Amino acid sequence: MHLALFIIFGLLCLGGALNLLLQRHPINSALSLIVVMSSLAVLYLLLGAEFLALAQIIVYSGAIMVLFVFVIMLLNAGLEEKTHGSRAAYLAGIPGMLALLGVLGGTFFTLRSSFGSARLGAYLATTHDLAQVLFRNLLLPFEVTSILILVAILGAVVLARKEH
Amino acid sequence: MSVPIAWYLILSAALFSIGVCGFLIKRNIISIFMSIELMLNAVNLAFVAFANRWHQVNGQIFVFFVMVVAAAEAAVGLAIIIAVFRSRNTLNVDQIDLMKL
Repeated sequence: MHLALFIIFGLLCLGGALNLLLQRHPINSALSLIVVMSSLAVLYLLLGAEFLALAQIIVYSGAIMVLFVFVIMLLNAGLEEKTHGSRAAYLAGIPGMLALLGVLGGTFFTLRSSFGSARLGAYLATTHDLAQVLFRNLLLPFEVTSILILVAILGAVVLARKEH
Repeated sequence: MSVPIAWYLILSAALFSIGVCGFLIKRNIISIFMSIELMLNAVNLAFVAFANRWHQVNGQIFVFFVMVVAAAEAAVGLAIIIAVFRSRNTLNVDQIDLMKL
């Protein structure tokens, strides 16, 4: 069951990410990014992170992606054009991606026995556990993020406002 | 039926590499921004996998903070993109290469 769900949603993740890379229109990239984020939420659920799975759906595939789609439509973004810069980027980007994947994947593969394996339902971090750590040990960082969000709201309003 | 944690980590590495590649080869500034979000998500998956491995909640708290910072970053970044589009009328990064107008 766990294996089947991991394979289905892992492939959905990879397919969505590759589709993001291959599509030339930003709205298609945005929709495939929503697929990636939603299937990541299922993977979080498999790993026993129930709060994060819901937060992923609400914050990422809900709020952030709506903002992206909204901006794409507001700016009427079309197909991206090919320029002389894109050839150099292809020459650097694709070998760079393969090298990075080789290094990271190779490291994880050689160390695979020390990571152990995850069984479905063997570990579940409830909201209660999360709140214990967040509101007791990490209260100051939590309060600081509220200031960060306040600054981000002000910055977004100031930057996007039309100047008269 | 159990899945090795290493598979989750390799999936996360693959998503991160695709994000890096998209960041380099995409020419549209919004697509580049979406590649950054993909990289953040890949790292979040690695955090959750490690939290499962050591049965520690702290890894999930990290993901929580990454989500908050990503939301703030998306709001500010998209506002910057709107401001840049207003002054230059293009979204192509090859034409947005000067800090000054």
